Amino acid sequence: MSEHKNHISTYKSQILVLLTLIMLTVLTVVITSVHLGPFNTAAAMLIASVKAAIVLLYFMHLKFDEKIYRFMVTLVLAIYAVVIIITFFDYLYR
Amino acid sequence: MTGNTSTHRLPSYLEYQGKYTGILGWILSTDHKRIALLYLYSQLFFFLAGLVMGIFMKLELIAPGQQIMGPQAYNALFTVHGLTMIFLFIIPGLAASFGNFMIPIMIGAKDVAFPKLNLFSWYLFIAGAVIILIGIFSGDGPPDTGWTFYAPYSLKTNTNVVLSVFGAFVLGFSSILTGLNFIVTIHRMRAPGMGFFRMPLFIWSLYGTAWIQLLATPVVGITFLMVVADRMLDIGFFDPAKGGDPVLYQHLFWIYSHPAVYIMILPAMGAITEIIVTFSRRTVFGYKAIAMSSLAIAFVGYLVWGHHMFTSGMSETARLVFSFLTFLVAIPSAIKVFNWTATMYKGSISLEPPFWWAMAFIFIFMIGGLTGLILGSVSTDVHVHDTVFVVAHFHYIVFGGAGIAFFAALHYWYPKMFGKMYSKKIANWGLIGLFVGFNTTYMPMFFLGFMGMPRRYYDYLPQFADLNLLSTVGSWIMAASLIVVIVNLLRARKGTPEEMDDPWGGRTLEWKIESPPSLENFEEIPVIDSEPYELKSK
Ligand code: HEM
Ligand SMILES: [Cu+2]
Repeated sequence: MSEHKNHISTYKSQILVLLTLIMLTVLTVVITSVHLGPFNTAAAMLIASVKAAIVLLYFMHLKFDEKIYRFMVTLVLAIYAVVIIITFFDYLYR
Repeated sequence: MTGNTSTHRLPSYLEYQGKYTGILGWILSTDHKRIALLYLYSQLFFFLAGLVMGIFMKLELIAPGQQIMGPQAYNALFTVHGLTMIFLFIIPGLAASFGNFMIPIMIGAKDVAFPKLNLFSWYLFIAGAVIILIGIFSGDGPPDTGWTFYAPYSLKTNTNVVLSVFGAFVLGFSSILTGLNFIVTIHRMRAPGMGFFRMPLFIWSLYGTAWIQLLATPVVGITFLMVVADRMLDIGFFDPAKGGDPVLYQHLFWIYSHPAVYIMILPAMGAITEIIVTFSRRTVFGYKAIAMSSLAIAFVGYLVWGHHMFTSGMSETARLVFSFLTFLVAIPSAIKVFNWTATMYKGSISLEPPFWWAMAFIFIFMIGGLTGLILGSVSTDVHVHDTVFVVAHFHYIVFGGAGIAFFAALHYWYPKMFGKMYSKKIANWGLIGLFVGFNTTYMPMFFLGFMGMPRRYYDYLPQFADLNLLSTVGSWIMAASLIVVIVNLLRARKGTPEEMDDPWGGRTLEWKIESPPSLENFEEIPVIDSEPYELKSK
């Protein structure tokens, strides 16, 4: 196996990520007061996905790792997204 | 290749003495081959237990009216039969036993990537089984919900649902960890020169399977926990009285359980591919098509779960979408069948027992697959849904398909695993009996289903009597043949070892090492410089 280079993140980037996550959490709470019908769920899911993506990319170092892992994770998440979308087909058209 | 011609033989994995001896040398062994046998024997044990339950159910159904048990006992029996056969026999299936044994050998490695995790998975498997067993004999009796645990009934029944569901939850972890282990092994442990497109097709099928195990199983795990939460904490995810939605349960359950049928059948198809290639004495027809169809089945299999819910009150649009997607799965499945036939075409076929078992698989699997199309189109499904037509269909797939493939693989790899040969004659007669018995048991159920006999009832109307009698007689032929088959294999274990390194003229790596293999499979890791299935020039 090729020698694996460890990426070391700076404090600055770590803190920036943390602040972004906190802001998004606040946004999740605030958005519940706006009435969007079923899209409330969609909005919450969207924000949660963005947060998960940030954690994966920065905290879990996906951004700095080999491409194949990014591909795998994207594919997996895409499958889950499609599964959720199909389920909602049922609820939206019932 | 080194190995089979050398005069000295290393002690085989069966004889090898490690830190522990006796039974401890097995249940504490991290050797993938020993773990494979642990799975194999446990699975066969559960299969026989499930078989006995099946026979009792058929006995109850031999004639109209109550025969040997009442409705509650019958409900418990089909639930526990389903649980046993699905979660303890066919979901671990060919992957846990033959996959564990063959993956490292077929890709030229000494073991799987995480041997300890591998052993741990087996312990989880046994723990799950024990929890289910406790659930059967404690509390207010065995669950009576069917293996599907549909809400809201699974929330209302007084029987011991919580333990069964929790047992299945633990089994799920075993499955997830096995999948993870296999993915990493296949990515990381291939011998030098063994590119992805030089892997045997059994490995490809296990690769697709492993991804399903890893990605789909957590969904059912969460779902089962939600059932536990609903029952114990009264939350009401699935209880309409509390604003929950029972159809949501069905969505979540089938998001796992449809892909799960591919966990059962994909490795079966992979093993059948190996067998057909070996005995056709030809290279495989359409290597890439077969490899890619495994991945395509795994992928499309995620998107079709709704075909189990056509009559559950799902929206019209969703029904049509699911029906359409379901028909897409037929394409990669048919690719496989056509490629198998094309591989046999003009081959110089050698008619050994594993080949006959593979033929039985194709025949029965085709019937299962084609009747699946009847269930996949909304209009016809409405007619036969929840009738014994469905029971016939899935026994053609899981038993006649995956189950027979399990035995096909056992007959194929038996000499490799044990260095001995069973009686081929008895193996063939056992298969004939099983084939006749199987079709006598389940074929009538297609007709009964069309006539409107519902499933999951201990009794039926008099007009269904003749075909049910026939079906019950079939189940005796089937059980007797299975016993012949298994006894034949067990007896051969006691036989004298023979030269068995490559009895079939196989061309994949496992046939180039000793039978039974040594602890580390290869004295030195082989370097692969040819395509799989290339004919030997010896
Ligand atoms: C070996 C002989 C077998 C016999 C005689 C048998 C017989 C039966 C019968 C009579 C039922 C109940 C039908 C009903 O009333 O709804 C049933 C259900 C079922 N069987 Fe089998 N079966 C056998 C093998 C298998 C195998 C090998 C598998 C899977 C690998 C399997 C999986 C199931 C499942 C999942 C159910 C549905 C349980 C439920 O309704 O919840 N069976 N079987
Ligand atoms: Cu399905």
